[in-house]
Amino acid sequence: MTDIATMPQPVSFGRRLKRFMADRPLIPLIILLIILVVILQILRPGIVNERWIANTAKFAIPLAILAGCQTMTMLTGGIDLSVGTVATMSAFIMATQIVNQDPAVAFLLAMLPALLIGLVNGIGVGVFRVHPLIMTLGTSLIGTGFLQVYQRTVIASGAKIPDFLNWLGTGLTYGFPNALFLFMPVAVLIVFMLNRTGFGRLLYAVGDNERAARLSGVRYWQVITALYVLSSLLAGITGLLYIGLIKAPSLSLAEPLVLPSVAAAVIGGTSIFGGRGGYTGTIIGALILTVLTTLLTILQMPEGGRRILFGFIVLFVTAAYLRIVEER
Amino acid sequence: MTTNPLLDATGVAKNYGAVAALRNTSLSVLPGEVHALMGANGAGKSTLVKILTGAIKADAGRILIRGQQLDVRSPAAARRAGLLPVYQEPSLIPDLDVLSNLRLTGTPVEPFRRWVRELGIPDLDIRETARHIPLAILRVLDLARALAVEPDVLLLDEMTAALPANLAEKVLEVVRRQGDAGRSVIFISHRFVEISALCDRATVLRDGSTVGVVDIEPGVEERIVEMMLGTRIEKTRVAARAANDVGIAGGGRPRLSVRNLQLGTKLNDVSFDLANGEVAGVFALEGQGQDELFAALAGSIRPSGGSIEVDGAPVKFSHPSDAIQAGIAYVPGDRTEALAMQRSVRENIALPFSAALRKWGPIRMRREQVVVSGAIGRLQIDTRAQGEVQRLSGGNQQKVTIARWIAANARTILCFDPTRGIDVGTKQEIYKLLRELAGQGKSILFYTSEMEEVQRVCDRVIVIFGGRVVDTFPVEEADEAALMRAAYGLPRGAKADVGILAEVKPGSSAEAAS
Repeated sequence: MTDIATMPQPVSFGRRLKRFMADRPLIPLIILLIILVVILQILRPGIVNERWIANTAKFAIPLAILAGCQTMTMLTGGIDLSVGTVATMSAFIMATQIVNQDPAVAFLLAMLPALLIGLVNGIGVGVFRVHPLIMTLGTSLIGTGFLQVYQRTVIASGAKIPDFLNWLGTGLTYGFPNALFLFMPVAVLIVFMLNRTGFGRLLYAVGDNERAARLSGVRYWQVITALYVLSSLLAGITGLLYIGLIKAPSLSLAEPLVLPSVAAAVIGGTSIFGGRGGYTGTIIGALILTVLTTLLTILQMPEGGRRILFGFIVLFVTAAYLRIVEER
Repeated sequence: MTTNPLLDATGVAKNYGAVAALRNTSLSVLPGEVHALMGANGAGKSTLVKILTGAIKADAGRILIRGQQLDVRSPAAARRAGLLPVYQEPSLIPDLDVLSNLRLTGTPVEPFRRWVRELGIPDLDIRETARHIPLAILRVLDLARALAVEPDVLLLDEMTAALPANLAEKVLEVVRRQGDAGRSVIFISHRFVEISALCDRATVLRDGSTVGVVDIEPGVEERIVEMMLGTRIEKTRVAARAANDVGIAGGGRPRLSVRNLQLGTKLNDVSFDLANGEVAGVFALEGQGQDELFAALAGSIRPSGGSIEVDGAPVKFSHPSDAIQAGIAYVPGDRTEALAMQRSVRENIALPFSAALRKWGPIRMRREQVVVSGAIGRLQIDTRAQGEVQRLSGGNQQKVTIARWIAANARTILCFDPTRGIDVGTKQEIYKLLRELAGQGKSILFYTSEMEEVQRVCDRVIVIFGGRVVDTFPVEEADEAALMRAAYGLPRGAKADVGILAEVKPGSSAEAAS
């Protein structure tokens, strides 16, 4: 990967390092993650143990899956802000319907709003060319409204967390969180899809140059509709996992994950303008954010100060990372 | 010729890096004169205009207005000096109404209104937002706005393009009267009919230099064409190509046949055939409808009339994928339109493979690798920087856009100026490739604005002027003089005759503008 425009003169160490980083964008991220863990260990010696790792993984996984939704949509130059609402809806419907329904029926009912919102998002963005930010924000508000209506009508039935989701959300098998049984296949599938399938190629192509994709015969609306449906279904499944972890169904269950999921994808090196990025970076981005949250929690700062610091660190990391990785 | 020139530019030169856009241009305009500025594509007309109007700065040369040395550093300075351009693109700000646009440039309203009426628009509402006004009217408003400030020298760039006949006629009339009133007009046009009706003299540019100034009189168009061609007229007379015969013998039915294609005011009744194994050139000056023709054939825009047949079966393309399905691929002239710049060479070449819904599944990587490297090898793409297409040189990028359709095995390739801005070596390779493809029975429609390319690559050339096919001839007859004449809408084989100039009366000239 040598730039043909470069003269064959001796290149400075800094420049060589930059080129090295640019070609392997994961390395600076992994280094950052390790640094954070080391700081944590220094501040609280002994905190980094098997249990802590399992716990971190448990909380990082729902974030990482939602960040997967952001990664895929951002590759096309879009964004999916409805993932929080979709996850909350699936979780809430699952927890209330499981009371008097067969689990399979409850599952299908829980995934129905995810499918619908994904479809509406996809058609809005792909066919009617509404900006994805507005489109997904709109459907997100509509979804929240429906959930409030739904809550009133089923208030009598009560809610419970199905055992299976409990097991998936918080259980451990030989010290490994069970959530990994869901996450590993999902992650492998996303990575495979992005790199080795026609659909994945099209996400990059559409995000990089929509006109070029069109001239190559790509129908934009098909790609975008499929993408937002997929993103929404993933968000729905994340909701089920998350309710097993949090165990308290509420109307804003997964909302706090939305912006961190965008941040995780951006930190992970996915360009918000489309065409560049990948899922492995996003996973590390989600881990970084989760470790950072722990770090700020043990500093015993007041909530406000913690948020301010969190915001600054995210900004700084993203800016620094882009400086390292971008070539121009 | 005793009067002093109103505008006198001498020795104007402009370099862009190593490329000389203007070498040694001069232009002298007398008071009360309508002066034509002519030249083939790339001769330097637009650069000269930009310098005169202060949009860019010349590297050398002297510009005198009324005998005074002038340093036109900005469009505002040119305006103050009494030099006002009307460009091809409408210049009113779309989101303001006409009145606000006038205020913005300090144009007096009453004279503007009078000119608008004069130019044949009796009922203009000056509160109308510019965005909602049709293009043809906007151009007339631009002209009226320029006239209203009574400039000494008015500079009109293809003023009658996109105007309907009645408006064009009014415009020409008004321009003529400007001259009679003692003001000067520099009139840039490709249309001999207009020039003969309107202009007193013409300055002809070639390759960035002024090659002649002529008085407009009957029969002068021959001399102008010769000047635009220069010494190159001596050259070339191409032998018929062997591949030609093979290809046409191969299939009796044309691969592509276009009948009476219509597209707004841009394309008018365009008909031609493209045979298997043939490279058909399309030759035209800028903006004669070739862009729209290619877009329609590629499925990017829908024609408003006429028919397209592929292998004898009628087709209607509503999306580029329909055209691709029919084996017709489009290589745009602008590479940034065709390439995903941040993606790899491989992904760019393989892009059409994944386009169809049923190809969205897992990619057979090894097979793709074989096909892609086949195409890379065939075009000899330099793959040292294949990780991102944006790191490739322009020539290599252009090769990637073509390699894509070689890999996809498209039967017909529509190449729109594929050698624009690339090095000579790569150009040669592309010519060779196009000939090879034709030899394999593929058909190629090849738009170019360089006459030399027609002779190198094409079997036949279709000349378009003003949205119409004005002539079609085999490459043996397509010497540069013939091409140039046809591209300017002059009839074939009428050289020594009286020519069209003699027949044209000022009033009827506007017909050609529609």
